[in-house]
Amino acid sequence: MSAALGAHAPRLRLRLRNRGLDGVTLLVVPAVLFILALFIYPFLYGLLLSFEPKEGGALANYIAFFSDPFLYDTIGTTLLIAIPATLLNVVLSVPVAMRVRLMRHQKLLTAILVIPITLGTVLIAEGLLTYLGPRGWVNRVLVDFGITGSPIRLVHNYWGVLLSLVISGFPFTFLLTLSYVTGIDPALEQAGRMLGARSRARFWRIILPLLAPGLAVTTALSFVQAFSVFPSAVLLGAPAGPTRVISIAAYQAAFEAYDYSMASAIAMIMAAVQVIIVVALLAARGLLFRGPASSGKG
Amino acid sequence: MTLISHSFRSLRLDRISRAFGTMRALHDVSLTVGRGEFIALLGPSGCGKSTALNCIAGLLPLTAGAIWLDDKRIDALDPEDRGFGMVFQNYALFPHMSVRKNIGFGLVSQRRPRDEVARRVDEALALVRLQDHANKLPGQLSGGQQQRVAIARAIVVEPPLVLMDEPLSNLDAKLRLEMRAEIRRIHQAIGCATIYVTHDQDEALSLADRIVVLRDGEVRQVGPPEALYARPAHADVAEFMGYRNIVPTTATLSGDFVQVTIGGATLPGIPMEPAQGPAIAAVRPEDLTVTPDGPITVCVEAAEYRGRDFYGFGRARDGSELFFRSDRRVGSGETVNLSAAADRVLVYAA
Repeated sequence: MSAALGAHAPRLRLRLRNRGLDGVTLLVVPAVLFILALFIYPFLYGLLLSFEPKEGGALANYIAFFSDPFLYDTIGTTLLIAIPATLLNVVLSVPVAMRVRLMRHQKLLTAILVIPITLGTVLIAEGLLTYLGPRGWVNRVLVDFGITGSPIRLVHNYWGVLLSLVISGFPFTFLLTLSYVTGIDPALEQAGRMLGARSRARFWRIILPLLAPGLAVTTALSFVQAFSVFPSAVLLGAPAGPTRVISIAAYQAAFEAYDYSMASAIAMIMAAVQVIIVVALLAARGLLFRGPASSGKG
Repeated sequence: MTLISHSFRSLRLDRISRAFGTMRALHDVSLTVGRGEFIALLGPSGCGKSTALNCIAGLLPLTAGAIWLDDKRIDALDPEDRGFGMVFQNYALFPHMSVRKNIGFGLVSQRRPRDEVARRVDEALALVRLQDHANKLPGQLSGGQQQRVAIARAIVVEPPLVLMDEPLSNLDAKLRLEMRAEIRRIHQAIGCATIYVTHDQDEALSLADRIVVLRDGEVRQVGPPEALYARPAHADVAEFMGYRNIVPTTATLSGDFVQVTIGGATLPGIPMEPAQGPAIAAVRPEDLTVTPDGPITVCVEAAEYRGRDFYGFGRARDGSELFFRSDRRVGSGETVNLSAAADRVLVYAA
């Protein structure tokens, strides 16, 4: 009996190992538990909660959301902030990354560009509040040089939120773009030069097609970050009007109306919008070239 | 494919230099490449041969000197404006473009009409025998096929000069021989001047009309393959050209020959430089052969079979290590006698 087990046990272990499962695999358990506890459980809990409204049928929260313009307009408002901020960041990050790639003190410059990540949105919002405010540097320069007659309004409206999203989101977008840009074999650009393509042609015909799949991922991730904007929309925006983003609606439902069920429904709608955009972006990526951005067997 | 349509007569490097900080990668290199000529830049790694190629291409600026294309000075021009073809070591094919698009890239850059691009790409595809693979992506091709695409892409614009940077170094031995013949065939078919960088002297000998040996960024010798093979001008060139026996010795003049000591025995040799007193004798292993009454006696340490004959190395009585050839099998521990013809023993000043 024991001999039979002894002959059988290693074979099972071998089979498991061939499928990539061995003792080391157990190390993944804490991470899985962590994800289950902090992401999957709250998500499922919220999903179920959203179908248990204070009154009405299971879908009452969703019906309420999509029949009240004060609520469903927040989707449009958020998209109107998040999409331009994302695109601006992605478009800005490409030339900067292209340049930084060639620089000798790349690490120093990257570090400087990445500092905003470490500051956090609230600090950036507070800083921008005074910097862009009516008595801040920007307006004083504009007025003192006679560019504008009176201070222009840059905070407590749409532009304040957009600027803060660009500043806080850029480092992240830039780092992702830089990694994709440096993944492109420099010999490809040299080959383009030898074949008579000037820098503009090289960018459109070689760099951009190879960069596009990476930019799709970068855009998706940056968009998700920008879409969940909350602190800067409250601190720098006009949270009652033009920058009443969807996360504010969820916050108000949860902590002002104490309707957790409605708040969960709004959170689910928020997630759905993000998923739709991300899936669309990644599907578009599928149409692009997706091989390695280097050449041959080099 | 049409022959080069250009009025290209020569490319002239006039004392070009390139330094990286204080490191001299290329120093005072002068060379004239004639119409249709195949030049090999040969040297060990770090000798400056790739630097030289990149300088000619325009990918690296010169620190001194000038490059002339006929009577036009081109060293300040961007690579885009020089119009040379280049084949990269890793091929540098555009991975997102089909073979056809890759080959047509240069013609599209020149804004040629679409039907002309199609016709010339077809000709180039036929020249490199890749008609069946025109619509594949580079990633779907083998290394040798990718190499052909790279060559076709470089020559389809009919450049006055084609630059090749160790194009065969990523291929396996058999494919390398095939592609070597292929490069020869294509060069003969289109006849455009070529500068070919390699560290492999067999490649240089078999392909080039003239070989330029570089060492530490300086030209050591320029000449046809036969001259480089049989009569290297310097001891270091000899060593690089396969003269594995480099023996420090003392030379004494006797008539047209000099007497040198190799492995404890005295032999006649040819003076390549005025050599009297301290000298270096250079002999190829294939010229130092096992003969019953040879003057040099060595104790065989190892020998290997190379098909037709055996190559081995042994230690002579004076302790020097010698590489030799043998018609019969020799085993380690055996004592054999070696001899070399006088015109195959080259003597250089030490």
